[in-house]
Amino acid sequence: MTETTETIKTSTGRVLRTEEMVVNMGPQHPSTHGVLRLEVVLDGEIVVDVIPHMGYLHRCFEKHCEHMTSYQQVVPYVDRMDYVASMTNEMAYAVAAEKLLKIEVPERVHYIRIIMSELQRIASHLIAIGTFGIDMGAFTPFLYYFRDRERILELFEMTCGARLLYNYIWIGGLSHDLPPGFIEKTREFITDFKKTLKEVNDLLNYNEIFIKRTANVGVLPKDLAINYACSGPMLRGSGVSWDLRRDDPYTLYDRFEWDVIVGKGEMGTVGDVWDRNMVRQREMWESLRIIEQALASLPEGDVQKAIPKRIRPVPGDAYGRVEGPRGELGFYIVAEDSVTPYRIKARAPAFVNLSVINEISKGAMLADLVAIIGSIDIVLGEVDR
Amino acid sequence: MTAQEIHDILKAQFGDAVLEAKLENVPDPFAKVQADRILDIAAFVRGDERLQFDYLMCLSGVDYKGKLGVTYHLYSMVHRHKFVLKVEVPTDAPNVPSVESVWKTADWHEREAFDLYGLNFTGHPDLRRILLPYDWEGHPLRKDYQTPEYYNGMKVPY
Amino acid sequence: METLLTILNEPAVTAVLLALLPLAFILVYALVVLYGEMKMAAHIQNRLAYMENGWHGTLQPFADMLKLLQKEDIIPAAADKFLFILAPYLVFVGTYASFAVLPFSSGYIGSNIDLGIFYLVAVSSLVVVGLLMSGWASNNKWSLFGALRSAAQIVSYEIPGVLAILGVVMVYGTMNMQTMTQMQEGGIQNWLILGGDLPLGQKLALIPFVFVLFVIYLISSMAEVNRTPFDLPEAESELVQGYNTEYSGMKFAIFYLAEYANLFLVSAVVVVMFFGGWSSPFGSFMNGPVWGGFWFVAKGMFFVFFNIWLRWTLPRLRVDQLMYVSWKVLTPFALVCIVAIGFIMVV
Repeated sequence: MTETTETIKTSTGRVLRTEEMVVNMGPQHPSTHGVLRLEVVLDGEIVVDVIPHMGYLHRCFEKHCEHMTSYQQVVPYVDRMDYVASMTNEMAYAVAAEKLLKIEVPERVHYIRIIMSELQRIASHLIAIGTFGIDMGAFTPFLYYFRDRERILELFEMTCGARLLYNYIWIGGLSHDLPPGFIEKTREFITDFKKTLKEVNDLLNYNEIFIKRTANVGVLPKDLAINYACSGPMLRGSGVSWDLRRDDPYTLYDRFEWDVIVGKGEMGTVGDVWDRNMVRQREMWESLRIIEQALASLPEGDVQKAIPKRIRPVPGDAYGRVEGPRGELGFYIVAEDSVTPYRIKARAPAFVNLSVINEISKGAMLADLVAIIGSIDIVLGEVDR
Repeated sequence: MTAQEIHDILKAQFGDAVLEAKLENVPDPFAKVQADRILDIAAFVRGDERLQFDYLMCLSGVDYKGKLGVTYHLYSMVHRHKFVLKVEVPTDAPNVPSVESVWKTADWHEREAFDLYGLNFTGHPDLRRILLPYDWEGHPLRKDYQTPEYYNGMKVPY
Repeated sequence: METLLTILNEPAVTAVLLALLPLAFILVYALVVLYGEMKMAAHIQNRLAYMENGWHGTLQPFADMLKLLQKEDIIPAAADKFLFILAPYLVFVGTYASFAVLPFSSGYIGSNIDLGIFYLVAVSSLVVVGLLMSGWASNNKWSLFGALRSAAQIVSYEIPGVLAILGVVMVYGTMNMQTMTQMQEGGIQNWLILGGDLPLGQKLALIPFVFVLFVIYLISSMAEVNRTPFDLPEAESELVQGYNTEYSGMKFAIFYLAEYANLFLVSAVVVVMFFGGWSSPFGSFMNGPVWGGFWFVAKGMFFVFFNIWLRWTLPRLRVDQLMYVSWKVLTPFALVCIVAIGFIMVV
């Protein structure tokens, strides 16, 4: 890999050579967000090439799924894929399985799923922006973001008893109905969160140094983003108005009024790191809007009515996708005449988004590479599955 | 555009290369195509004005016991329609042309399918293992896969 | 007893004991700042920090110190052992030697030499050698990166820093730090930041330029002690831990100590140059050798606090931006101020 890039002859005739340096960023490195290993070829501080190596967290998710005793048993495994946004994982799996099984779920289930996945989106974005701040050297906003995330986790805990891995959204329904007091507590949270969200936004995202570090860095052009099938804030940051919740509605998202946030290149070029980060920040406001509307019109009903007792689908296959915090999270389920899934493939947004890293980090500086990784918002549990 | 129309365009363009199709009463309408023509078909569906499948949602390998398959989930950002293409190849000669040159995103998906199913994507620029260690033997998602006793001196089954 | 007194009366012994005073100060100060930084950071971040050991965790720094003392001292197999061991001491020596010219009060200064601040600038550059050495000797690419960054950074920021000092020295006409302080005695109005002990016209003309020099020196001193927003040499999220990645145990502790000592050093220079050193802000009230020590440390600590405050608030700059600030912003401004101060002092 190492090769001569430049040769300088000194006045005495000695030949000086400069060499590219190969460094291993990860698997144990503070800003690879887990156990990603990047083989980085550096010319001084300039990144010449990035070769990602992953699989350190590979837990054979897909193989495990084929060895379950029922479709329902896959749900807890799905939780462990993207462990900071488990609700959306469950949602995606449920959507795909219900598509395969042609199950109609009650409206109340849809509403609760939407509330949960929007809360989860906020929680996930809070981590994304907070850790992104740490990558930039700003430690303090991270803790502010975590303070608010803690309250969302409390809401989840009172709903299903778990803080991170919920096993809440089942095929055809939910494991529990909403607990008493949930709606009031959520409303309370929304009121408080609106204040703190504005506060931390000013502290981090409009900080002059932060803007200098993120604007015009890691620019991902529109067509490249689509060709690499990037999704979520990554794609929207590049100026593509694209959100599965609006453009390929699943559950009942078409009933609510909200906007799709796109990057506009306010501080630099469209599709730079600042845009991607800001899309996440602004999306939280939209999520709040959806939650408020859903809470206001929450229908009554039995959340477990449509849960099938025994799942034995007609042989066939289905691909269901939802808009997760990181982008299009899809499950491709192949069924044969059996109670266990024949094949489940998870289309992990972080996996797909990460594949663009080599393309957008060439020519950036080492510190920019850290910013770019942070802005892609990878969760290695999902990349490696 | 409906699945039937998409299928008709494909049939008109490629004729016998489009093998069979299921367009109704299935969650996702699909067409099976000849494996060695997939690159041409991919280039066509992406470039054609009427189809413009510019977004490859997912590329999955499947083991159909005796045959290996690849499923391409396509989406068009422009026309907002979906279609699924499937190819099947014999397990002992799993050669599928790579569509990496059409959709860059296929790069890692194909590496994953190679890693877990041993599908050989011809023309792929960098077909390495992606999730498993580089020195792992075998392709674990194949239905006839036997877990090795030892990996680098470590006992595998627990 | 008799012999002890005779030994103490020996000039060489007295000199050694006096020279050790700053060391005692640094050790105590490091404990205080260690605790203070953690507490301050915690309160900035909406949490509590140390609460377990002693009242509000006041014994925690001692526990930390004991832990570091007991830790295994790991030297990487492929490290250049001699340089690896030498580096932290060199860094500390560079900092400690600079304390010699700091006028802690009218009654105590390690060495009252006329070249005072010049000596300080020269000796504190030893730190760069130590950092470079540690990065090289660790035989770790990230450490090397950190070391190179810190060398580039400290050398670049020494230029605006020294230019700022030059401007100040032009006002005082001396490089002796004790004399500088004495010239600012007599209350807050005589501090250089408010124009110094000069005729009113000159004083008013001087204030804006001195203030700019103060800001320039403050920024470049922050860069010299490698603290956020200029902590690139040890940028945790980029270079793991920079030059001290491979260090553990006591050697790491010495790096830490040197960093904190350096922090006080640059704050003390700011205090001596612009804020009247050990002189009381109230003229002769609360003035004297002992009060002097109090004022000096208190003012120094204020700037230490300022540094900590910024550290836990701001993100980090990028290398090219860092160089941009030094060469294209601070240096030209410092030069302009020097020329202006020259005019004012002559006219």
